[in-house]
Amino acid sequence: MWGLSWELGLVRVAAGVWTMAKSKSDFNLIGKSHRKVEGRAKSTGQAVYTDDITLPGMLHGKILRSPHPHANIRSIDTSRAEALEGVRAVITGRDMPVQYGIIPWTPDEYPLCVDRVRYIGDGVAAVAAVDEDTAIRALELIEVDYEVLPAFLSPQEALEHEASDDAPYIHPARKEGWNGNITKKVLLEFGEVDEGIGSADVVVEDDYFFEGTSHTAIEPHCAIGRWEADAGVDPASDPAAGHLTVWSATQVPHYLHRELARVLDLDQARIRVLQPLVGGAFGGKSEPFDLEFCVAKLSMATGRPVKILYTREEVFYAHRGRHPFHMTYRTGANRDGKLTGVDARILLDGGAYASFGLVTTYYSGQLLPAPYDLPAYRFDSTRLYTNKPACGPKRGHGSVQPRFAFEVQLDKLAEAVDLDPFEFRRRNFLGSNTRTVNELRVTSNGFLECLESVERASDWAKRFRKLPFGRGLGVAGSCYISGTNYPIYPNEMPQSAVQIQIDRSGRVAVFSGASEIGQGCDSAVAYIAAEELGVPLEHVRVYRGDTDFTPVDLGAYSSRVTFMLGNACIDAASRLRGKVQEAVAAEWGCAADDVVLAHGMATHATASDQAMPIREAFHLAEARFGALGATGSYNTPKDVHGEYRGGTIGASPAYSFTAHVAEVDVDPDTGFVEVRKIWVAHDCGRALNPVLVEGQMEGSAYMGFGEALMEEQIFKDADHGRAGLHNAPSLLDYRIPTSLDTPELEALIVESIDPEGPYGAKEAGEGPLHPSIPAIANAIYDAIGVRMNRLPFSPPNVWREIERAREAGSLRKPAAPGESAR
Amino acid sequence: MPAETRVARLVVNGDTREVGVPEHFTLLEALRYVLGLTGSKQGCDKGDCGACTVLVDGQPILACLTPVWEAEGKEILTVEGLARDGVPHPLQDHFDRLGAAQCGFCTPGILCSAAALLADSPAPSREEIREALSGNLCRCTGYAKIYDAVEAAASELAGGADGA
Repeated sequence: MWGLSWELGLVRVAAGVWTMAKSKSDFNLIGKSHRKVEGRAKSTGQAVYTDDITLPGMLHGKILRSPHPHANIRSIDTSRAEALEGVRAVITGRDMPVQYGIIPWTPDEYPLCVDRVRYIGDGVAAVAAVDEDTAIRALELIEVDYEVLPAFLSPQEALEHEASDDAPYIHPARKEGWNGNITKKVLLEFGEVDEGIGSADVVVEDDYFFEGTSHTAIEPHCAIGRWEADAGVDPASDPAAGHLTVWSATQVPHYLHRELARVLDLDQARIRVLQPLVGGAFGGKSEPFDLEFCVAKLSMATGRPVKILYTREEVFYAHRGRHPFHMTYRTGANRDGKLTGVDARILLDGGAYASFGLVTTYYSGQLLPAPYDLPAYRFDSTRLYTNKPACGPKRGHGSVQPRFAFEVQLDKLAEAVDLDPFEFRRRNFLGSNTRTVNELRVTSNGFLECLESVERASDWAKRFRKLPFGRGLGVAGSCYISGTNYPIYPNEMPQSAVQIQIDRSGRVAVFSGASEIGQGCDSAVAYIAAEELGVPLEHVRVYRGDTDFTPVDLGAYSSRVTFMLGNACIDAASRLRGKVQEAVAAEWGCAADDVVLAHGMATHATASDQAMPIREAFHLAEARFGALGATGSYNTPKDVHGEYRGGTIGASPAYSFTAHVAEVDVDPDTGFVEVRKIWVAHDCGRALNPVLVEGQMEGSAYMGFGEALMEEQIFKDADHGRAGLHNAPSLLDYRIPTSLDTPELEALIVESIDPEGPYGAKEAGEGPLHPSIPAIANAIYDAIGVRMNRLPFSPPNVWREIERAREAGSLRKPAAPGESAR
Repeated sequence: MPAETRVARLVVNGDTREVGVPEHFTLLEALRYVLGLTGSKQGCDKGDCGACTVLVDGQPILACLTPVWEAEGKEILTVEGLARDGVPHPLQDHFDRLGAAQCGFCTPGILCSAAALLADSPAPSREEIREALSGNLCRCTGYAKIYDAVEAAASELAGGADGA
């Protein structure tokens, strides 16, 4: 049905209801650039983030962290800390001995370690004191007796290890007979891979390594807990009688709400989670962290509000960033450039805890097939625990690493069959309204337009393989989800919801459960409400980030917010619009469909003398129907996924597509790479606000650039200092790109008008990151003929490959398609 | 165990304030946690990110590395003081209009650095803007929209079309 409808240019506006897709001129606000609703507050310093909040009587907390990467805790003596003047409470793991985890099947961490520490930085105790300095002094007085254990710093040694009494696995085995260092194994095969590759005219096989990277949002994690005991109840007899409020810089208030209840053994109805504005997240704030449990518990222990603000160093150790991936790809193609099979083996270095790792392991393979038509595909992925900070989701969760490897593979194959890399990609294009080899349902697909857009903008045809030695161009493509059809914990409820109220002043209040992390979701619902209800944008107020007031949205992750929240908002607003149209139609004696709400007025579609201010229209509707309010929901399709174990993972209501061209200069004498420019074309379905979409595209390309050239979340080994210690836990030493490092970025929006997205919109926040890295790698090859199979493309790593190429005599401009010896 | 405190006389956004602050406090701590001027942000507390940038006698400085006593007797300008009589500085307006602030956490520091640049160099080239903002890390935007906004503000201050 959806396939047919797409052909007819139909979009689904509600379950079972289809209409013709609107064109740009049909909208008043959608598709045009507007200010963000919280923009003024952010530019004047009025915007409130968690650490900007001070509550009366507030205490400050700090967390004591393990100096060992792997050790048993024999005992903890907190008596000297408790005796320090100004200290109000000290807690340890024994005060919250309940395991939690963002994925319901893999709870493996405690708010504070109970009997084992698993990385340098693991929390073991927490203090609340009158000020931060006192709390820091108190930490120094806590005595922890550790029994140090051998640590596993690489996934290979973790995989090969056989446990003994002196050298246990990092966790108990997840399955009977398993190595306890294994978090998850996934082996999936689609089609006849060995036959496909066996019959290929050319086969490329290579090893790739993607070093881990961290999110480094500029706002460090921060949380405040406030416990208010119920009046008239003896806390000794009923310690759970009270109400807990937690403010947190989180991107998943709903999951935090659930996990707080579980760990603290409180009824969810007694907990309120508030999300102030979040100063960047990128996946780094998408699960509960120790500080949120600690502020809650310390507040319950003291009866006073408690704040904890991570230091920048703690942010690096909290991590949950991109996993290091060790990857081997074997890919076959025919002489005419058609892929015949893809075989991938991947080792994921997970760090000390599972985090989102179960999903990451699936994503390492499940998200690769589109935008290409792979006839056969197999991936074999294993995630290992290691004694380092846990890895998790970072922008482009689990799929940025394989995309790097695969798009470099495609570049090598294109050269092997003597085709331009654009042409090679076009020949393997998946198409729209189809399924990938692993049965992901793909509807709208603007990938060809993305390719065309960057090819033209970069003047590719005239410059690829023709620039002087040292300068090069590279292309790469990608695909990403617009949310996931299945939520993290199985349930049948909507994934997103919005409530709208209209008051007699003509103002529209939108209550949104979504997480504003800078991407503009508050603005998106404001634009939609104003579009649907015909009020000026400035008459829409958005209330968000309060589990007491707003309906549940699952959070800002998986690029799900615009698609799901947008649809929920259209659902709520269109219900209200219908009531207002009906009331005005009754007044005018016309059909409801003839009443148009726009520009602060209700007007008749054809009779120009029929018009009233929107406020009067709202009054008519309130008189007819009672107080004006509506809820709207969105839930994902649950009937479109592969019928195999894991077939639901990667299933999304829509997929975005991206293509990049990068232009680089490479200095063959130093290995220094300068990225001059990145052209990024992205199919976002429809740009609800082009300025915000461009911002996501530019920010994504920038972040991928940083990972390509500079960033490494790496740890010392015993030969280079204290094993397991972060190599550079500061923004200066970790090195994220400054304004001087960042290349020129050109964002080229492609709109495929998705049949199920809000007004046709899909995601734009994560997809546009993926091709940055392989496009740069492929550009380095075009510049000097050197392949970069490992990240980052830092001077030492590039220099090493240059030296190899020099010795092999291959340091030169590669031959252009059609010029190479066949 | 309260720390030694001193009375500091600070001139912030035109207001003279006398406040008791612990001897070791930085200007950023005094602004945020004593004066309640939370617009200036702490992103690293070690001078790496620039989110704490404020102007002292017109010069952009890192408030997280400045002992509070060093700022005494000088004119301190924070993001809260950029607007005049309730009218946003053109930089603030164009940052808002052109999408130069996403999460907004680096924005106050960048606005202060940019304001100092425009005071010195009313029509900066893009290279000058990149140089002037190189001490302020932004993790959201890739800087492109920030340059657009600074250029639009410069143009408006010079009396040209603001492009609005």
